[in-house]
Amino acid sequence: MITVADVKHVARLARLNLREDEIPLFTGQLSAILGYVDQLKELDTDGILPTSHAVPMENAFREDTISPSIGVDKALANAPHRVDTFFGVPKVIE
Amino acid sequence: MELFDLTIHQMRAGLAAKRFSSVEATRAMLERIQATEPAINAFITVTPEQALADAEAADRRIAAGDALPLTGIPLAVKDIFLTEGVRTTCGSRILAEFIPPYSATSWERLRSQGAVLLGKLNQDEFAMGSSNESSAYGTTRNPWDTNRIPGGSSGGSAAAIAARQATATLGTDTGGSIRQPASHCGCVGLKPTYGRVSRYGVIAYASSLDQVGPMTRDVADCALLLGAVAGLDPKDSTSVDIPVPDYGAALGNGVKGLKIGLPKEYFIHGLAPEVQSAMDAAIATYRSLGAEFVDISLPHTDYAVATYYLIATAEASSNLARYDGVRFGHRSSQADNLIDMMTQSRSEGFGAEVKRRIMIGTYALSSGYYDAYYVKAQKVRTLIMRDFTRAFELVDLILTPVAPTPAFAIGEKVNDPLQMYLSDIFTIPVNLAGTCAMSLPAGFSPDGLPIGLQLIGKPFGEASILSAAHAFEQSTEWHLRKAVI
Repeated sequence: MITVADVKHVARLARLNLREDEIPLFTGQLSAILGYVDQLKELDTDGILPTSHAVPMENAFREDTISPSIGVDKALANAPHRVDTFFGVPKVIE
Repeated sequence: MELFDLTIHQMRAGLAAKRFSSVEATRAMLERIQATEPAINAFITVTPEQALADAEAADRRIAAGDALPLTGIPLAVKDIFLTEGVRTTCGSRILAEFIPPYSATSWERLRSQGAVLLGKLNQDEFAMGSSNESSAYGTTRNPWDTNRIPGGSSGGSAAAIAARQATATLGTDTGGSIRQPASHCGCVGLKPTYGRVSRYGVIAYASSLDQVGPMTRDVADCALLLGAVAGLDPKDSTSVDIPVPDYGAALGNGVKGLKIGLPKEYFIHGLAPEVQSAMDAAIATYRSLGAEFVDISLPHTDYAVATYYLIATAEASSNLARYDGVRFGHRSSQADNLIDMMTQSRSEGFGAEVKRRIMIGTYALSSGYYDAYYVKAQKVRTLIMRDFTRAFELVDLILTPVAPTPAFAIGEKVNDPLQMYLSDIFTIPVNLAGTCAMSLPAGFSPDGLPIGLQLIGKPFGEASILSAAHAFEQSTEWHLRKAVI
């Protein structure tokens, strides 16, 4: 069962600010969804290996050759705040 | 027959015979878009200037005699595909002003053949939804009944075909997002095997499940478009180095002697009677064509939705961490330190469904719950994959419904996310297993809503699906019926 405190905790971990009216709504909905997924506990999965990837695949290696990248101007074209050749952000250390 | 009604192969023939130009075909589509968009809302962005410039270039190429199969064909792609210089929102407010600096490989491959871009198609926000109701750009309406959802998340990609606004489209499928809207809008939609098509430049939702695929008016177009986008891409390390067959060559092989499995877990009480009768009729058609049916079982089917909503949300919570207002996307003006800036930007930019899934995923990955939820779901995924491996020892293909009901009404499930998730019960297992499946038109409900049939193939067995789908299409006329709008 998910509590209001759980929802606030998870929102903080996910860097989300919830409005006051969203908290009870999400608490109810997340409880219903997590209640539903609890059915997986019925299954005995002892000795079953987890699958993280559907197609069996080894590491994909390539030659270590230099090729052009998109360049500074294109990379910064969508920056909300550009300072010279950098992304500008609010001050981190006072 | 109007130019906007044509399939790719019909348009190709008309362009080659100089019956019309690509500019004329493109104009016809743009006029059609303008006339029908107020009722449908399938597009987030229409690109008329680029489309006409592309069409003029295509006409020059056709005149010079170096046309490829897609030269001059007016297409549109889901707004999840990066298109250099053309705004790409992924259905989200957080990317409302994002202009990609490069293009997705799949779109680039169509473009290099000379395909014309009509615009970017509406979708659920970040591909999270089954109805297009989570789009920040308004719900797309189903051309067969504008009070109903088109399906999702590639709802715009399906509706644009049904409304004859684009000759063909590209969508993406993480849990059914190509097949379910194709079923609800009466078009052909294929989710290829994981690794078959590059995802480079496709905005990520759940990386172990996401796959790109074609949505078309008929099976021949589907084969053509799949062949154009499939294959290894050095920029996507999950794309696989397996040769791409000539999918068109598979059409016409027929189904004589083909063994098709009917999984008992998919023919259940919750199935709408009109869906059940469309499946019965399809089975009869296949029998008359010489296919053989085998009763099979996919015993872990009931656990697929729960497994999916843990794995997909966990991956989404990680993938969507990049939207922090630093490098691109919305940045809040309501914050004066870095953490607040990130938190406010995300909170203002994401819609409710995205927030919900990020929170479920964050919870499933959080300390103390990781093994109980995330690892448990990955183990059940192994069991679901095994179900398919065992079934494919007995049969060549599996036939099921795509969705338990025809398209539901707009607003019907919007306040009950769990009911919305359960509408994907027949499509989700395929993504977990990583294999390929298609939705193709297989009938209509008494009130005129399309019903799709799902054919599931072995991994990299797209050619067998296309061949069996083509045989069905040749003996039915469902794909020829047109929505009246």
